[in-house]
Amino acid sequence: MMKPQQPVGIIGYGVYIPRYRIAAREIARIWTDGQNGVPVEAKSVPGPDEDTITMSIEAARNALARAAIPAADLGAVWVGSESHPYSVKPSGTVVAEALGAGPWVSAADWEFACKAGSEALTAAMALVGSGMQRYALAIGADTAQGRPGDALEYTASAGAAALIVGPAEQALATIDATLSYVTDTPDFYRRADRPYPVHGNRFTGEPAYFHQIQSAASELLRQLNRTAADFTYAVFHQPNAKFPQAVAKRLGFTDAQIAPGLLSPQIGNTYSGAALVGLCAILDVAKPGDTIFVTSYGSGAGSDAYALTVTDAILERRERAPLTAAYLKRAVMIDYAIYAKWRGKLVMG
Amino acid sequence: MNIARHWRERTTRYRLEGQRHRRTGEVRFPAQPPTLDEDPNDWEPYQLSGRGEIYSFSVIRQAPSGYESLGLYPVALVRLEEGPLVTAQLTDCDEADLAIGMPVEMVTRRLMDTGEDGVLVYGYKFRPCVQ
Repeated sequence: MMKPQQPVGIIGYGVYIPRYRIAAREIARIWTDGQNGVPVEAKSVPGPDEDTITMSIEAARNALARAAIPAADLGAVWVGSESHPYSVKPSGTVVAEALGAGPWVSAADWEFACKAGSEALTAAMALVGSGMQRYALAIGADTAQGRPGDALEYTASAGAAALIVGPAEQALATIDATLSYVTDTPDFYRRADRPYPVHGNRFTGEPAYFHQIQSAASELLRQLNRTAADFTYAVFHQPNAKFPQAVAKRLGFTDAQIAPGLLSPQIGNTYSGAALVGLCAILDVAKPGDTIFVTSYGSGAGSDAYALTVTDAILERRERAPLTAAYLKRAVMIDYAIYAKWRGKLVMG
Repeated sequence: MNIARHWRERTTRYRLEGQRHRRTGEVRFPAQPPTLDEDPNDWEPYQLSGRGEIYSFSVIRQAPSGYESLGLYPVALVRLEEGPLVTAQLTDCDEADLAIGMPVEMVTRRLMDTGEDGVLVYGYKFRPCVQ
């Protein structure tokens, strides 16, 4: 279990979810004549002018609005994603420049499949908890890729969450402890220069998602000497609607505890955003004194688990930026043809 | 268009940075070099709020080179709350949503992709307020 030398917490949070959605049944209409079951209702789709950088900027502006600190006070701007717009040229510098956080700031891009954002969060805890910087911004954002017709296409979506870590006395939620668990598990990967990732079939599920999340979550609970029942809410990485509900049940969490943070049925898998967007949605409804248990998951594979406690500051800061619900309710459905055009799936000859 | 020109305009485009007059408080956008009869120290960099309303709008149906993939798209003159009038694309809206006087907010979006070996150009657009 990891705890910083000086207690830290989240002083501002923000989400971004694009306006567009495609129904999973619309994707099934193209590939299976609508015959098979679908893993989510719909997934969010980035507009033609959106990418990981633009989504990170909006989520971060929301987080800064809640924190009510000048962008120039940020000591780090760290963006976790597996869909950085450039292979070589950092997203972090563009985001920092757009926020007005530079030039005296650390900026970097993090990569660990779907837990790149929580890696940045753990590093932000360390930067602030060691006293090297007062504030650090950690972002998880993705415009995830799915090969046409592949199972991933039904869920691979887009979204971003931004968390500003600062001293616990300024926090709207303190981060009491964290823990990471990683193994070399080839469940999902994308080789350099390939457009779409693939699943290492037999490794998906039990040895990957469930093993990493259950290991990290149960060990953090054990070391904290707490149980699932001691938490008001919980959120887990959500690659589909079923997995997070199943892993929650195995760990002893109830449907009610995970309900506010379970967004995958509506927006699909936002990859690096997924667990953190769910955390933000919980912060949208949490009360002072509530406790939140978070476990991310990234293929390859690993999990980061966190225990948080909400403070009185949530009440005045929550309304300073759009709630997750505001982004969810502006949903505009698109068909597969528009989706294929916007996501670059048409061969232009 | 070249990389240097896009780079030079980054603070203007990414975060709507203009100038404010140190004595009168007047805000102008985009930033301009001082005229011969101005004290160069009179104007300081100033980040505009990004809030404003549609002063007028139109829909581009014959997109210029580089924007063909958008199909039709709206552009507007936006009256920013600090005073300046700025021309920009609108995003995340349908033609039927638009009206003069409608409140809008600035978002930073991808303006242009200059090709596989070129840079991605980011900058301001406006959209109907989310809240």
